[in-house]
Amino acid sequence: MARALPSRFLSSRRRVLKTAGAATLALASPSALADAIVKLPLPGGPDERPITTAFPEKGALILQRTRPPLLETPFEVFDQSVFTPNDRFYVRWHWTVIPTEIDVGSFRLAVGGHVEKSLSLSLDEILALPRVELVAVNQCSGNSRGYFQPRVPGGEWSHGAMGNARWAGVRLKDVLDRAGVKAGAVQVRFNGMDEPVVAEAPDFMKSLDIDHARDGEVMIAYAMNGEQLPLLNGFPLRLVVPGWYSTYWVKMLDDIEVLDQPDTNYWMKTAYTIPDTPHASIRPGQTGVKFVPISRMVPRSFITNIKPGDALQAGVPTLARGIAFGGDSGVSRVEFSSDGGKSWQEAQLSTDEGKYSFRQWQIRFSLPARGEHALMVRCTSSSGEVQPDAPNWNPAGFMRNVIEQTTIVAA
Amino acid sequence: MMMRTFLPITLAAGVALSPCCARAEGKLSLRSVSVDLPPGDRMFPDGPGADAINNNCLACHSAGMVLNQPSLPKAIWEAEVEKMRATYKAPIDAKDVDAILAYLVSIKGAN
Repeated sequence: MARALPSRFLSSRRRVLKTAGAATLALASPSALADAIVKLPLPGGPDERPITTAFPEKGALILQRTRPPLLETPFEVFDQSVFTPNDRFYVRWHWTVIPTEIDVGSFRLAVGGHVEKSLSLSLDEILALPRVELVAVNQCSGNSRGYFQPRVPGGEWSHGAMGNARWAGVRLKDVLDRAGVKAGAVQVRFNGMDEPVVAEAPDFMKSLDIDHARDGEVMIAYAMNGEQLPLLNGFPLRLVVPGWYSTYWVKMLDDIEVLDQPDTNYWMKTAYTIPDTPHASIRPGQTGVKFVPISRMVPRSFITNIKPGDALQAGVPTLARGIAFGGDSGVSRVEFSSDGGKSWQEAQLSTDEGKYSFRQWQIRFSLPARGEHALMVRCTSSSGEVQPDAPNWNPAGFMRNVIEQTTIVAA
Repeated sequence: MMMRTFLPITLAAGVALSPCCARAEGKLSLRSVSVDLPPGDRMFPDGPGADAINNNCLACHSAGMVLNQPSLPKAIWEAEVEKMRATYKAPIDAKDVDAILAYLVSIKGAN
């Protein structure tokens, strides 16, 4: 749990990693990790990824990177429930030193900085605070990055760097109130137990403005879909910032610091910034652009029961089904097109699990003629925001929410 | 009609109900966790500069991160290597920077 390791640890830690790697190299061939291959239709490729079952508390996931883990939810999971099961929920870590043992008795959450009284809270003390629940989508800022054109470097995700869960925990506000935020506080910074291999590298920390942190919705979650969090999703505690991208949902949260100055750490000031333009979109190579921290999510929708290239029958009523979410507000309307966007019909919406949740939709349609057809779906959020017709572009591959298209063939 | 739940029945019973039932059990008690993570020890394919990239890059991340990247212009690879070195403090030997860049351009270069 030590945060600032002296630099002499660097060489020994690197040696441990390399030795462990060499020892297991002979035992575990890549095929032992890979049960199957999935093809993600990323323009220009590479399009093949192994399906892995090698990660603890996790079922079959798409292996984007082993260390630190980047694991994507296979898209068919989103057709099975609006709740993403914990063992299929995507995983994304920045740094490779991730504690693999958490003792619930000795774990402490520190609360300090610009407060009346610093706290060191045990999990029992946190569990004793008033319990709150909400359903919310957790989506990586770079979800669907692999579809950016021109392509950009980063985690080359398809659409599965997202998930929806019922989160339970305590209000961040209640914890801050116990510490007593002093006048003049401007932001609250969150730090988890993960660390870079190189001690001098920037530790991963994120901040929220003080009013946002105290809005009563931001939560310190200890449960996900009624169970404790899988370690890879942030056990024992993770921040839940409803309606905001996952970069703020700090995992293995063990340190909260109230700041009386804006946070200028690398992960706020430089990383996870987007162009301050409509849809965070610029032209490749465009200069002189102001970048701001990424924040709220925008509406998206997907067809989950029909895949690109599927063969359907012309003239036969067919069911299309999928999910939508409004971003930082609810789903007002989902519309479907089977003619490439020339005409739209309103889809039926299923149970409302709350404004931050996935919402299932469905519609019956029939294709008039044989041949290729482009199926499209678009979501309008309850704040009136509509998915755009044109894809956005920015150099980090953030915030895609274009109307997606599924091309199928009618026989 | 608009509020009907139309999840497939088997899945609604298996997946969607588990949160509600677990909730009904009352206060959650957390259990300590001890896990092993896969080492991610795949090496970069052979080629000029493979030793440099294997020796300098794999302490912090597995090779798959790079091998799953699309073809990218040399300027982008240059910026990536510089980010790893200057921002993420990867202790890359100065003499290896050119070899790493040449390797990246050879396997993942684009105009």
